Amino acid sequence: MTTAVETIRDEPLTIGGRTFQSRLMVGTGKYPDMETMVRAIEASGAEVVTVAVRRVNLDRTKESSVLHFLGSKNVFLLANTAGCYTAEDAMRYARLAREAGFNDFVKLEVIGDEETLLPDVQGLLEAAKVLVKEGFKVLAYTNEDLITALRLEDAGCAAVMPLASPIGSGLGLLNPFSVRTIKRRLHVPVIVDAGVGTASDACLTMEQGVDGILMNTAIAAAQDPVAMAHAMRLATIAGREAFLAGRMPRREVAMPSSPTTGMLD
Amino acid sequence: MTQPVDVVINGERKHIRGGTLLDVLAELQLDPRTVVVEHNRKIVRRPVLHEVSVSSGDTLEVVHLVGGG
Repeated sequence: MTTAVETIRDEPLTIGGRTFQSRLMVGTGKYPDMETMVRAIEASGAEVVTVAVRRVNLDRTKESSVLHFLGSKNVFLLANTAGCYTAEDAMRYARLAREAGFNDFVKLEVIGDEETLLPDVQGLLEAAKVLVKEGFKVLAYTNEDLITALRLEDAGCAAVMPLASPIGSGLGLLNPFSVRTIKRRLHVPVIVDAGVGTASDACLTMEQGVDGILMNTAIAAAQDPVAMAHAMRLATIAGREAFLAGRMPRREVAMPSSPTTGMLD
Repeated sequence: MTQPVDVVINGERKHIRGGTLLDVLAELQLDPRTVVVEHNRKIVRRPVLHEVSVSSGDTLEVVHLVGGG
């Protein structure tokens, strides 16, 4: 994406020693078909693409893993531990993912509640500490809670991923203040994960100054996932550039944009 | 010659020819490069799949990467 004018030069995003040009990361779940998924990933410009670990279906021996479709693409696979409800399960999935994938990165999720899919932060911290010791680059999916975020950073996580709103909800950024506070206080990258519904949500999230954003359903469940992926790409860039540009102060009274002098009698 | 064995693979009871884990994957028509095998809760890395034999009563998990968020 090139713009007509030379704008602010941004630093690339670096997580766990890896540098990425795109600040948008996308999931690979819930697409109507694999071809749409591949085209949406291309349209999004994302380099980091998340995948899950599941049992092979033994009755469908010709079933291809998601790698079959992503193999030729220049993407960085980030395996998650989605669906895990205990620290022990999450660690097991992370270790399997490391063998299946090609890197030490894991998006660590320990879910605490089926209805809201909100994270179990106690289990998350426990798993994060162990996996960091085992050499994983842990990107921890968490609440928009500063204290947990600080503890995850202390535990050695490579990035902290507060939610915008619950997974798959499309409710957008519910707590900009907390997300901004987390970004201000942490030294490791802050990637907002889950909850965005449309491009304005992505833009508003990036305007908080966070380092990146990860989404799946907002693209996969759009009427036209490829078009939405491109919209998200533009929104992520727009939000980032607006943050770097620095917005004007809010004021509660109007101020004319045109001169008040030189008016006709 | 290896003896047939009764094992549980991905939660299903299976009567298979047996042998090494690499033989089991071949029997299941699975490409060892695209799956990861857990043998009795222990991950067996790809380069040593041919060194580990299965016995009756063993539990195997065979996983791969799928779409997810």
